[in-house]
Amino acid sequence: MNLLEIKNLKMDFGSGADALRAVDGVSLSIGAGETVCLVGESGCGKTVTALSIARLVPAPPASYVGGEILLNGRDVLKMSNGELRDIRGGVVSYVFQDPGASLNPVFRVGNQIKESLKLHKPEKATNAEVIRLLKLVGIPARESRIKNYPFEMSGGMQQRVMIAMALASEPKLLVADEPTTALDVTIQAQILELLHNLKQRLGMAILLITHNLGIVGDMADRVAVMYAGQIVELAPAKELLRRPLHPYTKALMNAVPKLAGGANRLSAIPGNVPRIGNFPPGCRFAPRCPIAKSECSEKIPELVEVEAGRWVRCPYWKS
Amino acid sequence: METAMPISTAEEQMPLSPWQLFWRRLKQRRIAMAGGAILIVLYLVALLAGFVAPYNYDRQDRSRFFHPPIWPRISSFHLVVPRYEQLPGSFNYRATPNDTKPVRFFVHGGKYKLFGLIPATVHLFGTGSENYPVYLLGTDQFGRDVFSRLLYGSQISLSIGVIGILLSFTFGMIIGGISGYFSGWTDTIIMRLCELIMSIPALYLIISLRATFPPGMSSSQVYAMIIIILSFIGWASMARVIRGMTLSLREQQFVLAARSLGQTHLKVIVRHILPNTFSYVIVAATLSVPYYILGEVVLSFLGVGIQEPNASWGNMLTAAQNTEYLRNYPWLLAPGAAIFITVLAFNFLGDGLRDAADTKSL
Repeated sequence: MNLLEIKNLKMDFGSGADALRAVDGVSLSIGAGETVCLVGESGCGKTVTALSIARLVPAPPASYVGGEILLNGRDVLKMSNGELRDIRGGVVSYVFQDPGASLNPVFRVGNQIKESLKLHKPEKATNAEVIRLLKLVGIPARESRIKNYPFEMSGGMQQRVMIAMALASEPKLLVADEPTTALDVTIQAQILELLHNLKQRLGMAILLITHNLGIVGDMADRVAVMYAGQIVELAPAKELLRRPLHPYTKALMNAVPKLAGGANRLSAIPGNVPRIGNFPPGCRFAPRCPIAKSECSEKIPELVEVEAGRWVRCPYWKS
Repeated sequence: METAMPISTAEEQMPLSPWQLFWRRLKQRRIAMAGGAILIVLYLVALLAGFVAPYNYDRQDRSRFFHPPIWPRISSFHLVVPRYEQLPGSFNYRATPNDTKPVRFFVHGGKYKLFGLIPATVHLFGTGSENYPVYLLGTDQFGRDVFSRLLYGSQISLSIGVIGILLSFTFGMIIGGISGYFSGWTDTIIMRLCELIMSIPALYLIISLRATFPPGMSSSQVYAMIIIILSFIGWASMARVIRGMTLSLREQQFVLAARSLGQTHLKVIVRHILPNTFSYVIVAATLSVPYYILGEVVLSFLGVGIQEPNASWGNMLTAAQNTEYLRNYPWLLAPGAAIFITVLAFNFLGDGLRDAADTKSL
């Protein structure tokens, strides 16, 4: 049994005639100790999918219209509020994009980590345990740091504190939603290195959301590429990077600037991600796709396993 | 010899906490600090009213109605008060020459209870003799010492402000927090209720609420009633502001982060959202205390608040309604001056707190 099994998840914002389908039939599984990357442009439904794992999207306006999210074999969408509070932090923990905004500005960081402990490990809610966690995430001068307010720390330190908070309850799954986007490049590398080490020491699974393909190669076992609320390609990380199959994935890879390429213009995918609720008929990528045929805007393609472990939502992936 | 280099300790290099920064900015505001100092003195005196006041609030001097203020003067290195005698047929008094008595400190006098608990008879000052009274602010129409009553009255008037604020702000913050956090129909119902309360003119609301309580209550019941009435009116405006702040705070990522740890809605509101409104709330509370003090004054002035013989600044002013009294015995207005000073001190302090809490100011 996989740790997490998302099956055909469908989620709307709003209801009735005004409903906007933000997540449309996403299926994804994560095994214990596995690292899965969720990649895609802004607004394609990555974050909403990830927040759904602990049902953290406020409902209303969100409403789940289909599918199930099995966490440890139990459907999150059918859980009571009390059960949800137990799995939040207890089974799945989150690290968000902007650490400065994720910490409460009016409390000392030590107390915020302690709050996480109080919720799930009340017997361990001590300064000693907080200091141990800060040591785990590599913060120096821990005894004085626990008395700091968030604004007294750098972005990298704040993100380490957030990770310490997330790890306090020893979750099985850590969801990191663009954990390095708000940090500069050298700090990015440190934080990713930290996540990688922690994963190996603690044996937890990681769902890493990013739009940075560079991170994928370093971290991921498998990659899911999302576009307009759907998964368009799902593959082992190394194979996907070596040989992307879906035209959208290929376009994403082309958009990564290459050192060897000289001073050419950056290549970009023409057009924009379609607005939610305004998806084109048929294949949603068709209007921007270099190999689109006329049938593409008529029939909605299915996600098919074309090779062992490689799923693609495009019938013309060979061309 | 070389002068020693100043050694900066680690303590000095530590960045200041928000409260330290706040305090540092507040200290630079002289008027606010003066307001704060005046309030500290007023509250201390109110706490020790029985000790500072030379007489009890209900002690009547039947031979000295409407006595003008008696101030001690210095005579051969002593503070002395002269003996006054009433001129027949009027409330005019004349000092008898060469008949004085020294004012002493820590003198025994009427019984009172310190902090309402400890029985005591020692007063800060007095002459110890009934025939040589010290009426710093004169006496009223029943021959009671206005100064003593002012101090006893301050216990009620000053505490009503603080307790009323505590009650209505706590209530307003929680209701406003819930309203803003959950939004939707919860928000609509709560906000329409607030608007209903705010749309009724406060004075009519106060008087009609008073009518819902039975007459002939004990003085402590009346005291509680006034606080309840004033808080009932006051929470609505607070709830509206807190609701607005919560609407923006709940979109902050730390709220999502707290929820992702499995925190309950109520604790997210109380522990994470409301503390972020404190800098506003403290300022608003300081600036609102005067309204509660004035609310008590209005109720007691209208005769539906604190009842005689208990003293409050409001019911003491009732005696000053009469224009003839005012012309002949202006010292009866002393509680008005006390209210003026208190309200001004609260406003100065509140202004200073607001400036200090505003991080954009220098």
